[in-house]
Amino acid sequence: MTTGKSTFAVPKAPGKGGRKARYQKKGRQVDPVAAREVAALLGRRSRQPDLLIEHLHLIQDTYGYLSEAHLTALADEMRLALTEVYEVATFYHNFTVVKESDTTPAALTIKVCDSLTCEMVGSMALKSTLAVKYGANVRVTHGACMGRCEKAPVVRIKDRYVGNATQETVDTALEDEKRNAPLDIPSFNTFENYKGAEGFTTIESLRSGKLTASNIIEILGDSGHRGLGGAGFPHAMKLNSVLSVPGPRYMAVNADESEPGTFKDRYFMNSNPFQFLEGMLIAAEIVEAEAIYIFLRDEYPETAKILTDCIGVLSEENLNGGKAIYLRRGAGAYICGEESAMLESIEGKRALPRHKPPFPAHVGLFGRPTLINNVETLYWLPYIIRKGANWFKEGGRNGSKGFRSFSLSGHVNKPGVYITPAGITAAELIEEYGGGMKPGHKFRAYLPGGASGGLLPASMADIPLDFGTLEKHGCFIGSAAVIVISDQDDLKMVARNLMRFFEDESCGQCTPCRAGTEKALKIMQNDEWDSGLLEELSAVMRDASICGLGQAAPNGLMSILKHFPEEVQ
Amino acid sequence: MSDHVAFELDGKMVTAEAGQSIWDIAKREGTLIPHLCHADRIGFAADGNCRACMVEIEGERVLAASCIRKPTEGMKVHTATKRAEKSRKMVMELLIADQPDRETSYDSESHFWKMADQQDISDSRFIPREMPTNDLSHPAMAVNLDACINCNLCVRACRDVQVNDVIGMAGRGVHSKIVFDFDDPMGDSTCVGCGECVQACPTGALLEKSVVGDHRIDREVDSICPFCGVGCQLTFKVRDNKILFADGRDGPANEERLCIKGRFGFDYIHNPERLTVPLIRKEGIAKADVADLDPANPFTHFREASWDEALEVAASGLIKVRDTKGGNALAGFGSAKGSNEEAYLFQKLVRTGFGTNNVDHCTRLCHASSVAALLETVGSGAVSAPFNEAENADVIMVIGSNPTVNHPVAATFFKNAIKKGSKLIVIDPRGQSLSRHATYMLQEKPGTDVALLNSIMHVIIEDGLTDESYIRDHTENFEELKAHLVGFSPEAMAETTGIDPAMIREVAHVFAKAKAAIIFWGMGISQHVHGTDNSRCLISLSLMTGQVGRPGTGLHPLRGQNNVQGASDVALIPMFLPDYQSVEDPVIRTKFEKFWGAEIQPEKGLTVVEITEAIHRGSINAMYIMGENPAMSDPNVTHAREALSMLDHLVVQDLFLTETAAYADVVLPASAWPEKDGTVTNTNRQVQMGRVAVPMPGDARQDLWIIQEIARRLGLDWHYSHPKDVFTEMTQVMDSIRGLSWDRLEAQNSVIYPCESPEDPGQPLIFTERFPTANGLGKFVPASLISPDEVPDRDYPIVLTTGRLLEHWHTGSMTRRSEVLDAVEPEPIVHMAPSMMEQLDAKPGDIVTVRSRRGEIDIRVRADGGVQNGMIFIPFCYAEAAVNLLTNDALDPFGKIAEVKFCAVSVERKSA
Repeated sequence: MTTGKSTFAVPKAPGKGGRKARYQKKGRQVDPVAAREVAALLGRRSRQPDLLIEHLHLIQDTYGYLSEAHLTALADEMRLALTEVYEVATFYHNFTVVKESDTTPAALTIKVCDSLTCEMVGSMALKSTLAVKYGANVRVTHGACMGRCEKAPVVRIKDRYVGNATQETVDTALEDEKRNAPLDIPSFNTFENYKGAEGFTTIESLRSGKLTASNIIEILGDSGHRGLGGAGFPHAMKLNSVLSVPGPRYMAVNADESEPGTFKDRYFMNSNPFQFLEGMLIAAEIVEAEAIYIFLRDEYPETAKILTDCIGVLSEENLNGGKAIYLRRGAGAYICGEESAMLESIEGKRALPRHKPPFPAHVGLFGRPTLINNVETLYWLPYIIRKGANWFKEGGRNGSKGFRSFSLSGHVNKPGVYITPAGITAAELIEEYGGGMKPGHKFRAYLPGGASGGLLPASMADIPLDFGTLEKHGCFIGSAAVIVISDQDDLKMVARNLMRFFEDESCGQCTPCRAGTEKALKIMQNDEWDSGLLEELSAVMRDASICGLGQAAPNGLMSILKHFPEEVQ
Repeated sequence: MSDHVAFELDGKMVTAEAGQSIWDIAKREGTLIPHLCHADRIGFAADGNCRACMVEIEGERVLAASCIRKPTEGMKVHTATKRAEKSRKMVMELLIADQPDRETSYDSESHFWKMADQQDISDSRFIPREMPTNDLSHPAMAVNLDACINCNLCVRACRDVQVNDVIGMAGRGVHSKIVFDFDDPMGDSTCVGCGECVQACPTGALLEKSVVGDHRIDREVDSICPFCGVGCQLTFKVRDNKILFADGRDGPANEERLCIKGRFGFDYIHNPERLTVPLIRKEGIAKADVADLDPANPFTHFREASWDEALEVAASGLIKVRDTKGGNALAGFGSAKGSNEEAYLFQKLVRTGFGTNNVDHCTRLCHASSVAALLETVGSGAVSAPFNEAENADVIMVIGSNPTVNHPVAATFFKNAIKKGSKLIVIDPRGQSLSRHATYMLQEKPGTDVALLNSIMHVIIEDGLTDESYIRDHTENFEELKAHLVGFSPEAMAETTGIDPAMIREVAHVFAKAKAAIIFWGMGISQHVHGTDNSRCLISLSLMTGQVGRPGTGLHPLRGQNNVQGASDVALIPMFLPDYQSVEDPVIRTKFEKFWGAEIQPEKGLTVVEITEAIHRGSINAMYIMGENPAMSDPNVTHAREALSMLDHLVVQDLFLTETAAYADVVLPASAWPEKDGTVTNTNRQVQMGRVAVPMPGDARQDLWIIQEIARRLGLDWHYSHPKDVFTEMTQVMDSIRGLSWDRLEAQNSVIYPCESPEDPGQPLIFTERFPTANGLGKFVPASLISPDEVPDRDYPIVLTTGRLLEHWHTGSMTRRSEVLDAVEPEPIVHMAPSMMEQLDAKPGDIVTVRSRRGEIDIRVRADGGVQNGMIFIPFCYAEAAVNLLTNDALDPFGKIAEVKFCAVSVERKSA
């Protein structure tokens, strides 16, 4: 072995030379400060990948936005690829990703709701006014339906909402936010009250064997109870479908009501949360779910507070039957109302609807059979079981059975949530519950089921509103969000608002919806619309989109072409 | 559920097998339903997002995407209804609105435009979107998102197939967009340049830069990648006799996948520095005087010669030494980069023409110690199962190996398995990109493998996790090992290895209890003075848990060079004749002497590093080196270069004027892999066919021809007119490939050995019944703790380890002459922990001096959190900062492999 240091020269090295290597590893580097901040923030929380959205919330709640440095650190901390974090952070509208090249956003953001009900009462003008007024100090932007349509127009500042918003009330709220004034938490039917009125007797009967799962499924089948998230699938049938596949199973509760004009689930969770939770426990018990995930939209922070507390009470009272209950927070995506997209979101991913079959009842959350129910569907369960199938069945009118909760908004005197007989007509709803049209407004048209359920002229306000009654007119009841339009409204604006909503909310997965909404809206920006092309396009969106969003996106447009063709010529 | 489903397709009853889609069956029945996001390729699951393949199913409200929809019994499907056709066309029309004009598009013959043609669509009535700008930041690939149709095939290529997890679909709806990392320029991202996305892209939105502006291809040639041991089958895309790029082909080892080298790294063969004429050293130019030699212009030191003259000079120099000093004064280095046929002829030339067994190649710097241990314990040096068996393993152990860098395509299959739920155990002193996927990452102190593996085995025995019946029926010497391991508790070893005993215990349980566990190892195991011991431990671990001989189990030393397996099989090594038959066994030797018609020396020859020593001693005086570069690759390379300069006569046959060729008397310009026909054998034991794609430049010649010309001049009467003649001879002396023939390989491209007959499909799994040892048993060989030869001390306190980079092949003679690869990694760098950089007060990019007892280099620093403090990593591909000037040439006593993975150095920041 030689130990000398004689260096033998070599010929000129291959390689072009004169170029610099990277002096770091490939790609973005973890900033040590950001890494410490993220690690501290996550603390002892699990780093499992499905918690990505929760962790993103945590960072944004703390720092006001998601910086690239924090996102890089989060990816490292969770052992995720950079892109896995970035694509999720940029998918959800309530996350603000700030690039290094961007200027740091203003500390406060005002979101002005641009859903149809709010736009009908001037939210666009309000947004422009606020933007001019606050300049660079406050970021003024738009937000999708905030589920407070009874108080349109609505403005959101962090977790603070301003109903019937004006410049002045927004000013006040802004000041409240700056001084960190406490949020209004609505009062609700307390545990003691609920329990005192037969509450939790059904779940106890089920657990003690006084009632069996099949008893309950039979009652539900007999009552005609349906899923009330929009699709109206018979509830008993869904329970049986989940049970047809061997466990272990999960339950997921869809509390992501984001269909514009809909705010009934918020109403139930905020007013009587324990009844909803008992319904949830009953359904979970029936399908022997191992764990329950409640997916709550980000727009309902007060509801999150209520549910967190109430779930705590369930646990203290030993009422959850050994099942873990997880409250997961949405991040601003209408598509999460689609059940399989919601599952993706719970798994911490971009909310792209899955192809069916297989149905989530068979292959659902984390690949397991999963019962997915909407809040209101569960809310009715204790009632129906305690009061009996007949009590529920006899609730309807005009040939329908049961009760429905309508979210009524638009140009009526008394917008709000109303529990009515199923099968009520729009005319009856407006007159009997809504206090008639607002002064100076003449009833011109209505949307029976939010943005996706199509639109009907006032002349067709005598059709019973129920599952199956509107389809022949190109409409559906969906989540029973009735938006009332008057002679003061521009129907082109209505159609554009709806299409813009779907363009905004399209997940982008399939061509007919992603490109279709965008191309349709471009045509609709013209004074005259190429109705032939729009009709062709709409047919394909309905036929070929993966999920209900794309399939329903042209409903409003098609309704207007059908019932008000003169408006677009 | 039955395996078959009968349903009606366009009025005809058809049958689908489980897993087949409507689209699959329609294609089988002769109807090609338009498809964009469906690749119809292995590894790419249908995604159903583009909606270009909609069909109508009776009784369903909406249409169905045929690519993803599985038929059910009795379903009635119509592919050609007006409604379905209208939908499919509308999808195309929506997408065409946002495409560049076909005439000016990136690829006017792309799959996308073919699908448009099929449906007779060329225009769109819709208003286009705002077009995104191009990203040309990557040396090899252009990102043209104005041609993107959001089909996400690139995302699946990057994440489902290659699992590099760089490409994502960010944003939402119409703003959704293909991104790299955080929407970073591709060239600045974590992209590893495998190009799988480019091969998958149906529009040219991701495109090889070599065809930007002109997508014409003259011909396609099916061949094999010449870089690593994975053995990816590929198709060369050739225009004007130049290789533009390659696409992956469905070979058994790669399933259409490639890495950056195998896709974009072939332009080295067109590099202007290629040798095109034979060269003879000019009179009076000293061999030590190579400093101002420029490979682009060798005529300062060499003169051009005719082939006749060059061959004459080359041969006569060898003859002179042979005839005056005897055959053992000669030696030959063949190459693991050439074909089996070349390797076979080369060793035959050395053995029968030179009259010596002094023939070796880079296996000596590679897996020689693994092979020594395997031959000793289980009787066969080859892998027991293809790496693709990772798919069937529920536990995968990767130790002393960094496969995402060194065996990138093999690593993709490991990552696929992990995605499907297999557990990964990574054991390595250095963090690596697999660490992110690892269930257990054991970042041990360097050089402590024996301690660590013994402690794992200690736990397995202590906790009763051994496979007793396997040990009883298939092994011997277990009791000795058992007794030996008593003192190796994880607690006792913790200080040595630096690994938490609880972690060792968990890993021991996970491995032993696995239904199937497989072990992959690399140079981190073999390149130590205790390299053979490291391998013995791995073999013992496998045997005591019965994790061998079944699907999903096995021992797999990942082979480095594309043909290191084959070159070793055909005896390009000093101690064996073909098929690992001992040259010292008189029966075997006599058999070969008879077959070859020549005498063979009875003693085994010298190995690579031993030959260097022999030159220094004066007992070897002349060499013939074909395609090897010891002046860069050998440990303590100053010593090796001195040796080369001391030779009376050196003949070098290569593509370029390498650092080794600089010392040559005669340089013979040879053929690059894409310029020749021949077979190679990959790490899986798959013998695969390579084919000529382009002509050789200038007066370069086929290596096989050159070897024969030398042989003839040495008095051998050889007449092999084609590689197939050589191959046929090999099958006559090698039982392992007895069932193979050239024609069979031509037809099948790849056959795995052992292959006993023309009908035998080949045996992927070996050791299923017995081991090829005398008594059929596998043998436990205990391994004791041996320190590395040179441990850190006060003067040299840092551990230096060496290895490869993804982009550069070995000594860089090929890859540094590839535009793309050199652009990605253009400059020598030392990888260092940020904390160590702080201690040295060095910032990224600063120059440090790294010094060992044998030499010093100046080199820039790259921050790398994967490297432990107290340790540095330097790749050995850079001539201008050759790390082998520093490495230690101490040898493993069994494999004769040098400890290039460990030596002691000092590091200091060079003042500006």
